[in-house]
Amino acid sequence: MGRKPRVVVAMSGGVDSAVAAALLQEQGYEVVGISLKLLPKGAGDGSERVDRCCSVKDAEDARLVAAQLGIPYYVLNYESQFHREIIQEFTEAYIGGLTPNPCVRCNELVKFGSLLRQAVGLGAERLATGHYARVERERASGRYLLRRGIDDERDQSYFLYSLTQEQLAGICFPVGHMTKDQVRERAAAYGLRIAAKADSQDLCFVGHDYRTFLQEQCGDRVKPGPITDRAGRILGQHEGLALYTVGQRNGLGLAGGPFYVIRLNPKSNEVVVGKMDELLRLEFVAEQLNLVAWDRLIPERPVLVKVRSRQPAVPATIVPLGDGRILVRWRQVQPAPAPGQAAVFYDASEPDLLVGGATVAADPEVQWPRPKKA
Amino acid sequence: MSIYLDHNATTPMRPEALDAMRPYFESRFGNASSSHSRGREAKLALEEAREAIASALGAREKESVIFVSGGTEADNLAVKGAAWAARERGRHIVTSAVEHRAVISACLALEAEGFEVTYLPVDAEGLIDPEMVERTVRTDTTVISLMHANNETGVIFPIPKIGQLAREHGIVFHSDAVQSFGRLPVDVEAQEVDLLTISGHKIYGPKGIGVLYVRPGTKIVSQIHGGEQEHGIRAGTENVAAAVGMACAAKLALESRQTEAHRLRTLRDRLEAGILCRITGTQRNGDRDQRLFNTSNISFQGVRADSLLVALDLEGVEVSAGAACASGALESSHVLRAMGRRPEIDDGGIRFSLGAGTTEAEIERVLELLPSLVERVRAAKKVEGIGVRV
Repeated sequence: MGRKPRVVVAMSGGVDSAVAAALLQEQGYEVVGISLKLLPKGAGDGSERVDRCCSVKDAEDARLVAAQLGIPYYVLNYESQFHREIIQEFTEAYIGGLTPNPCVRCNELVKFGSLLRQAVGLGAERLATGHYARVERERASGRYLLRRGIDDERDQSYFLYSLTQEQLAGICFPVGHMTKDQVRERAAAYGLRIAAKADSQDLCFVGHDYRTFLQEQCGDRVKPGPITDRAGRILGQHEGLALYTVGQRNGLGLAGGPFYVIRLNPKSNEVVVGKMDELLRLEFVAEQLNLVAWDRLIPERPVLVKVRSRQPAVPATIVPLGDGRILVRWRQVQPAPAPGQAAVFYDASEPDLLVGGATVAADPEVQWPRPKKA
Repeated sequence: MSIYLDHNATTPMRPEALDAMRPYFESRFGNASSSHSRGREAKLALEEAREAIASALGAREKESVIFVSGGTEADNLAVKGAAWAARERGRHIVTSAVEHRAVISACLALEAEGFEVTYLPVDAEGLIDPEMVERTVRTDTTVISLMHANNETGVIFPIPKIGQLAREHGIVFHSDAVQSFGRLPVDVEAQEVDLLTISGHKIYGPKGIGVLYVRPGTKIVSQIHGGEQEHGIRAGTENVAAAVGMACAAKLALESRQTEAHRLRTLRDRLEAGILCRITGTQRNGDRDQRLFNTSNISFQGVRADSLLVALDLEGVEVSAGAACASGALESSHVLRAMGRRPEIDDGGIRFSLGAGTTEAEIERVLELLPSLVERVRAAKKVEGIGVRV
């Protein structure tokens, strides 16, 4: 008797990964459930964070689902890697005036990095998660493609752009072709007790307010400083560079607005603000390009670009600058993206197809100050 | 059928122990503190159990056996109870960095109450130097708590030497003998311990029962208040059935101790030698000789201990890789860390602990499985393009 192929399902304790596990089991896989412990004891266990990823409560929910499905289930400790590669990087980026995207990094390095390796090491053919996205293989080229989830509201492809072909070859998203309502219906049909569980939101390690988190983590590295205009005139005081994001309008406390954050200057601890017209750009530089659908950059081929997860994709073209750096040129001016954020590209003629993505580069004026004119 | 190699975590009940217990759940359900005949019947069984355990420990008086809910409670009662009882004389406690969490946590709780605790280091083999114990004790040292055999590595501490030293200094000596009792000779007289912890479920008896041996004259402050049960040291209705089961298991454990020791040592050595020679990058954790005969703790270079634990479990082989936190995730081992390993980086260790049910065929099966499981985990780490920054 041949053995069933083995699949590891990363279970968060939520309904999406639970249904993913149930679907795979139905399809005849030997399913192994795994949850990751990412946070130290105490964090994520507080009353305000009970339904957050990786808390003891979530592990209990996932364990319950696994028991209902009759699949083996384990919690693996990824605390030190998560702290080192995700949380520390997140705080350092904010301190450096960037707006990082830790979910992208976690997918790349933890879930579809170390955990994928570990799953393969356990003899699994694939690692499955409850992400709303689709992976498929293009027959002709053999390339793995990443498509938006069917549920437009829930699509998570934005957070997956940095995955390599090797990573995509080893993963599957069983609920990517379903809507959230369908997922809940399936959960109810399977009799899963978490069918009605609320969705998780925000960053798993931060709680509802990333500013409080940063202040706790960084202490005196979050220092008050001046808010200036582009000419250097001081307009007010900020509470710490790390608490601001390029494009931000609210919470500046300035008269005569509306003002927007147009630049963060970590060297001088200045938050530079301006009016909307000073924030608008036609192009921006991004780096560390990762291509998914294309095997090489096709200059001038139209794409749709998203520089925030909850924002419609808008038409643009990409110009290669070499060394993984690109120039993204919008068809129409847009508010400048926040350095550190992900710029993710979709195919203009096939808008659910993820072309690739890159990290928005720091404002060149900040990163490489030009010598002042004498 | 699964292969159970986690006997240091718990053991299956001996059928004889279960049979001995059954009447005390059924017709002989009496409360040992009741005055009527059913109460007397229960009391008699409890005292017989106490006597049996006392004799298994080499104790002169059966009153020195205090039944508690298990090893953790016994450790807490011993460490906290003796520390508080002697608080007028001093507030310094000596223990080791590799104790069971029950002892370490009790010590941490005492530190929060103003006591001072010295956690003695161990060497790379997990051994403790009795001379260091001698150098560490002070005039205000009131309690020494050192385990007999380590639960993770099986490494044995020189209890008689430390007992002698403690007596010379007039210090109360507690030893957690949960892992050694039933496996090694335990004799409270020869080993000169004042307080000694043993547990029911590690000796093929029931869970929910343990014993603290308290040498007559040793002062401890009770930690659970209520009725006058257990000579006023431990309140609460006596768990008669479990005490009877534990006593029965203890008797049987002592009877089979020597033959089992020989049998299991042979199997353990075969397992260990097989792993160390068939799989590269393996390392034994713990002294080769000063060690429980049933325990083998091995690190596999480049292999996360939890990966191997899961891989083995999926093949029906049950082992341990250290303690788990509330969520069920493994925590890095304080024992291996104290031995100079870096479990977060060096991948931890897998503990194989053999017991009554372990057969030669099982050991052979594990030796057959392991190399390919380890190889698969190692190969997966080399796959390119996964988890590498682009």
